Amino acid sequence: MFKILQERLRQGCQTMAWPATGNPPSLPERFKGMPEIDPTLLRPGDGERCEKLCPTGAISVPNGKPVIDIGRCIFCGDCEKQCAAIKFTGNYQLAARDRKDLEIAGKVEKLAAALNEKMIGLFGRSLKLREVSAAGCNACEFDVNVLNTIGWDLSRFGIQIVASPRHADGLLITGPVSTNMHLALEKTYAAVASPKIVIAVGACAISGGPYIDHPEIVNGASAVVPVDLYIPGCPPHPLTILDGLLRFLGKIDHA
Amino acid sequence: MAKMQWVTNGQATPLADIPELGPDEWRAAILSAKGEGRICSLSGYPLPNGKTQVITVLGFRKIRKLGLLKTQLAGKYPALTPDLPEAHIFERELWEQCKLTPVGHPWLKPVRYPGGGPEGEAAVTNFFSIAGQEIHEVAVGPVHAGVIEPGHFRFQCHGENVFHLEIHLGYQHRGVERALVNGPDKRTIHFMETLSGDTSIGHATAYALNMEALCGVAAPQRAHAIRAIALELERLANHTGDLGALAVDVGFLPTSAQCGKLRGDFLNMTGLLCGNRFGRRLVRPGGVAYDLDADMIADLRSRLETALQDLKFPVDLLWTTPSVLARFAEIGKVSRETAVAFGLVGMAARASGVDMDVRHDFPTGSAVLPKEKIAVCPSGDVFARARIRWLEIQAAAEIIERVLNKLPAGPITAEVGKEPKPSTCAVTLTEGWRGEICHVAVTNEQGRFAHYKVVDPSFHNWTGLAMALRDLPISDFPLNNKSFNLSYCGFDL
Repeated sequence: MFKILQERLRQGCQTMAWPATGNPPSLPERFKGMPEIDPTLLRPGDGERCEKLCPTGAISVPNGKPVIDIGRCIFCGDCEKQCAAIKFTGNYQLAARDRKDLEIAGKVEKLAAALNEKMIGLFGRSLKLREVSAAGCNACEFDVNVLNTIGWDLSRFGIQIVASPRHADGLLITGPVSTNMHLALEKTYAAVASPKIVIAVGACAISGGPYIDHPEIVNGASAVVPVDLYIPGCPPHPLTILDGLLRFLGKIDHA
Repeated sequence: MAKMQWVTNGQATPLADIPELGPDEWRAAILSAKGEGRICSLSGYPLPNGKTQVITVLGFRKIRKLGLLKTQLAGKYPALTPDLPEAHIFERELWEQCKLTPVGHPWLKPVRYPGGGPEGEAAVTNFFSIAGQEIHEVAVGPVHAGVIEPGHFRFQCHGENVFHLEIHLGYQHRGVERALVNGPDKRTIHFMETLSGDTSIGHATAYALNMEALCGVAAPQRAHAIRAIALELERLANHTGDLGALAVDVGFLPTSAQCGKLRGDFLNMTGLLCGNRFGRRLVRPGGVAYDLDADMIADLRSRLETALQDLKFPVDLLWTTPSVLARFAEIGKVSRETAVAFGLVGMAARASGVDMDVRHDFPTGSAVLPKEKIAVCPSGDVFARARIRWLEIQAAAEIIERVLNKLPAGPITAEVGKEPKPSTCAVTLTEGWRGEICHVAVTNEQGRFAHYKVVDPSFHNWTGLAMALRDLPISDFPLNNKSFNLSYCGFDL
């Protein structure tokens, strides 16, 4: 017992000071965050070439200029290798409220806005979430779990994962939503008392990810429930998830 | 051994070189191998003549060779399972995927419910049940209380005591194997990296080695080394997390708090290599996509040293705290006989005293790959499954250090210029952090995949959890489940 206390004293407080003070934890150099498209570097045919090679069909070329849908993007970087105009930056702030805001045509304009005043009044200081993994591969689940570890300590923001939808204010959904989980997801959503919110974490939950258009899945959470917050990534880095959640609750603002 | 095509791990063989056995010969060959060769994979795909081509891969640990068998089956055939219980899940899969009927199979039920059931959910089937007034059934899932993948557990209980646990999966089924047919294409590698998302390196490496075998390309030695480092980092992150999770389940915070943090630190080391904490984008057919420079190596070494140093105290607490040992020891025992009978692999097998490890038994021919002594723990209980993880953490750290010390110079990737050879079969095993991963690729006459079978270690091991729960109080279920920590999506695909 004494040794445990001694070690505990040696460890000190391991929870990061951010966002109250200081900087967010640094990300590795090779991290692929928000993509940006520089139209001045586009060569003829670049858009169509990238559209063809993107594994999830995240790139479209309406009006001759490429657009990357980061709700479908799995951040593999294959387009970046082929097209000088596309660059994945170190920007981890990917979350958005509107599905349309995930479509990137140049530099990102609109980050996730906070809930309206009434909802902040209800959930701003205490948000209990029930997680539903609907065919998630376990990476998004891992990185959600990591937010509960001592470095991140999600509960200091009043956000907690709870054991039952009856205890929850909303759902946090991962995975492309298999047909085999369709009913379970519906029932879990129905079991949450209103008002309730839904957060889709990861490319799969937003659009189906690598499994888009497989008959075994329904292309993400919005096929079953209304979604209030989209957090892109494959998986989204814990920092991206946290930034999205805090932004959603009005605890940090843009930039 | 009768009429098998012998190959080494990661080798491609023309289909024509694998002897085509009649169903009786095939059955006899598999049964006579019992005790020497265990089933790594047993799967089928449709032939133009209406029959199913069944490819069997038997692993012979003692001679470090894989035996390939081929047969054609149609309709009913006598089940292997009554004589060879380890075949049970493979035969259920043959029934579901290929419409073959193994006659005499004691428990013929769907595996993944690919069509869904009524109301679109994984069909709730008749569970094995026990009659009696005092018996009650407890159903758990698919949605579980934590942040975890879905699955259903049906317990037959008498009071607190569990007579039998039936595990019913399929909720995660995404159609991976169906989508792999006629590949590879631009999505294939992404399926490999996400079919079991916490084992991206393990599965991507098996796929890359298969592709290299099929295309007749050798990845450079430096690539093998980087893959080996990434595989061990994956092992470190998961084992650390698991030890923390086991501590959570016995309410022991000093260990759980630290392990949770350190798991993140190991994930960040993988992130250092390729920008993604799960190793996505790193392993590709031909080699690896990212190199290590001197600064990165120094950074990695320093992070490893710190993390392992910080891990020592919280993990040692598990072995020295009586309240933890009281919960771990003698709980959830899986005997060696049961582990061998059901063909358990990886950590679960080693924790029941079975000394098997792909890194040792089936090295893939690279000079850099470590051929390790195998850490074994004989008691088969939760303690053993926890202890094994600690032994493997230490071994993983040694392996990484050894590989870093002798990192081969040279390129990190070879050009995969050629297409996969037609009508060829490639088999690769890797030791994922849970255990033996087996990928079987069969190409058609155009060099596209006619069949791609993925066997995650969980495919074998879920049965181990079911057996561990017998005669246990149901309150010990979460602890046992965590001690196996199997992949739902790796099973469901």
